Amino acid sequence: MTTLAIVRKELQLYFTSPLVYVLGAVFLALSGYLFYTNLHWFVLYGGMNLERGLWEIQFHDMRRLLLFLVPMLTMRLLAEERRLGTLELLWTYPLRDGSIVFGKYLACLAVLALVIAGTLAYPMLLARLHPVNLPAVLTGYVGLLLLASAFVACGLFVSSLTDSQLVAGAATYGVLLFFWLLNWNEAAVSDGALPWLRVLSLFDHFEVFAQGGIDTRDVAYFGLFTLCFLCVTLLGFESRRWRGVR
Amino acid sequence: MIEVRDLHKRFGAVEAVRGVSFRVERGEIVGFLGPNGAGKTTTMRVLTGVFPPTSGEVRIAGRDVMRDSLACRRAIGYFPEFAPHYPELSVVGYLRFVARLKRIERARQGAAVDAVVETCGLAAVARRRVGTLSKGFRQRLGLAQALCGDPPVLILDEPTVGLDPGQVVEIRALIHALRGDRTVLFSSHVLSEVEAVCARVIVIARGRVVGEGTPADLGSRLGRRQRVVVRLDAAPVEVAAALAEVAGVLEVTAVAGAWHLDAPADEDVTGRVADLAQRRGWRLRELREEVLALEEIFLELVRDDRPPS
Repeated sequence: MTTLAIVRKELQLYFTSPLVYVLGAVFLALSGYLFYTNLHWFVLYGGMNLERGLWEIQFHDMRRLLLFLVPMLTMRLLAEERRLGTLELLWTYPLRDGSIVFGKYLACLAVLALVIAGTLAYPMLLARLHPVNLPAVLTGYVGLLLLASAFVACGLFVSSLTDSQLVAGAATYGVLLFFWLLNWNEAAVSDGALPWLRVLSLFDHFEVFAQGGIDTRDVAYFGLFTLCFLCVTLLGFESRRWRGVR
Repeated sequence: MIEVRDLHKRFGAVEAVRGVSFRVERGEIVGFLGPNGAGKTTTMRVLTGVFPPTSGEVRIAGRDVMRDSLACRRAIGYFPEFAPHYPELSVVGYLRFVARLKRIERARQGAAVDAVVETCGLAAVARRRVGTLSKGFRQRLGLAQALCGDPPVLILDEPTVGLDPGQVVEIRALIHALRGDRTVLFSSHVLSEVEAVCARVIVIARGRVVGEGTPADLGSRLGRRQRVVVRLDAAPVEVAAALAEVAGVLEVTAVAGAWHLDAPADEDVTGRVADLAQRRGWRLRELREEVLALEEIFLELVRDDRPPS
């Protein structure tokens, strides 16, 4: 009940500010442009496997755009409540800290789902010209949502650490990029460490989804990543309350 | 309704509250008085569940704030200092959000919001965004969110700070109108305000309760309730010596051309000063008794830091 109230309020705040509209428009414009160029490239040079190759590349592009989108949406979530002093007020209402954290996470994820849903226009348009393997494409979208969930949980946690939105946003970029770049330079990593880095790297877990498959290990990874960050956010709340810091 | 026993709150090396105990009964309006930094806000935050006490026991409506936190928070309406708010929400939108968080049944939420909008005089601005409201309206909105859902206990942290005199009177009248079943603990460092609104006062300084009772009680506890103000046409040195000799006078101070005589309440100092002036042939310009105002009692308590007797 109270979780839903938090979700509603967060959605209200998102949609009364122009930020969501601007970010949504930018995301859709850029991903649309990428879709156009990817399709163009495949029609001209690819040809072999339009189905799989096109969507794989398209999902990888959207994943990168998502990385730029999410911190801008999450930076406000708790940093602003702390700056305004409303977090103190929330703590005095009869609701659990978990409702605050989970409500904010759900609201942000819902906004992202809405923006991502806008890109469903691409497979629908393409389906009029060429058969589309819908289950494979939808699997890609499931992966994208799981990735978004992991990003949001991370952004929410970082936002709980500061009362400056800008700091929260910048630090979220840092953390997410770190998880992305983790195993870029594989040659520089010792043989023993490489498998671990691969396991931890946020972006490798998206590969199978982009190809239209589901690996339960990846689902577990994104689930755990999300859960971990939501839990440390809650622990941070607890710790701040005990220490008496807002 | 509110019971605090030996409350301590420590922030790292700083002990903000050091053994505060008091009770507030159902239906009482109690002033919580102290200079800035005395521990008022910290005590109130412990009462409202913002953070737990380091040690000691706090009960709201018979329930422990640590063990039964949600139930306690349901019983409390809290007005935090500076009335934090969400600038982007509308007044009604914000109050509906509060009503949902306070777990008011869906069917009663609308009525609950309408009621507090009415009580706090927010009808004219109900659709406005909170960020565009004047300070006075924001303060009323702060009261409205505390009152929403009709909680039996209200904890108000400096609800009149930063308002102009007209607005202060309005808010004060509003708090006064809450009298009845509700238990109100109301902090302030403006003493006249507490005197106007509250029947009982708890004075806190440096993390301890240094005085408690009705304003009159506090005065008599200090043991010198009466102050006589005298102005005479005569040589100051002579007058000072003579006034100090008057029976019952404890202290003579010169203040802006007048003399302040402090004395126990039961001494007839005014009469004796009048006799003295007549005997010496001094022309009497002014002679009056003052009841020691709360302001001075307060300064005295805070300065001496006496333990409550």
